[in-house]
Amino acid sequence: MAGTAVLGRLTWRLADVVDVVAETPRATTLVFDVPGWAGHRAGQHVDIRLTAEDGYRTERSYSISSAPDGTRIALTVVRVEDGEVSPYLTGELRPGDQIELRGPVGGYFVWEPEHGGPLLLVGGGSGLAPLMAMIRLRAAVGSDAETRLLVSSRSWEDVLYRAELERLAGDSLTVVHTLTASRPPGWTGYARRVDADMLATVGPGPAAQPHVFVCGPTPFVEAVAEALVTLGHEPRRIRTERFGPTGE
Amino acid sequence: MDETMLDGNAVAGMLREVFAVEATTAMATCGGCGAPTPMGATHVFRGAGFVLRCPHCDNALVTLVRGDTRMWIGFPGIRTLQIPIDAS
Repeated sequence: MAGTAVLGRLTWRLADVVDVVAETPRATTLVFDVPGWAGHRAGQHVDIRLTAEDGYRTERSYSISSAPDGTRIALTVVRVEDGEVSPYLTGELRPGDQIELRGPVGGYFVWEPEHGGPLLLVGGGSGLAPLMAMIRLRAAVGSDAETRLLVSSRSWEDVLYRAELERLAGDSLTVVHTLTASRPPGWTGYARRVDADMLATVGPGPAAQPHVFVCGPTPFVEAVAEALVTLGHEPRRIRTERFGPTGE
Repeated sequence: MDETMLDGNAVAGMLREVFAVEATTAMATCGGCGAPTPMGATHVFRGAGFVLRCPHCDNALVTLVRGDTRMWIGFPGIRTLQIPIDAS
């Protein structure tokens, strides 16, 4: 689908919860079946709307973490303890429940297989979700686009999709972790916030002209984008998606 | 840095309520500094509504306020908006 086509106005629709998967102690993946869903592009998001009994409404945006797959989409939600929406989504929803959503939305933070590589993907916390859609799509279509994924998490148990990433890593996909708050015994990997030295080591460098996608909390995205520009990456090749200080 | 800052992707759904095209890939030329920026890369600040600012000079490009039955969209700082269309 071309990103330039006239799409028509966006409307809310009812989606069925078909699966609820605990990813980490704080994160849950919700799988929805969305009747009439016309597909999505890797990197796009949906808006979710909750309505209280008194009519109060609130909306949140969540990136789609699954590759295009018929009428199914997966969202990964991290529970924010004092949050308004995430405790409900991660703690209350069960298969068979319905929820209002609209989408897919966005066309800027999107990777298509025909864009090719090399790819440099940098995710902080649940900012990994839209990058995972790209990695899953890349695997699904058998793309050999050279891809480096740098994942920043608080601890090893907070790393999203850890087992799947270990499975997918191989010749043309390199996955590098940095753990910012705590490390398991014997950890030999990175143990600090993402910085220019780390990005230079993970590569690919600016000479390779990678497509760069950075997603995470605003302070994370700002720091990474600034470091990338310092290294000589062209600002127009760096696509960013910020989800605010907490994601709520 | 303002930690509550978002980017143009955050208002993509709201813009699609009224525009039939994907707005985040539309290129906005700032009326202040003249730099072109994809709408998805603008800096977004939330108050009573949303203000989309130029990431180069901070000029207010677009304002969005939504009521129950109407949306007010201001374009105080956009010189031109370049929207991709399908060749026909």
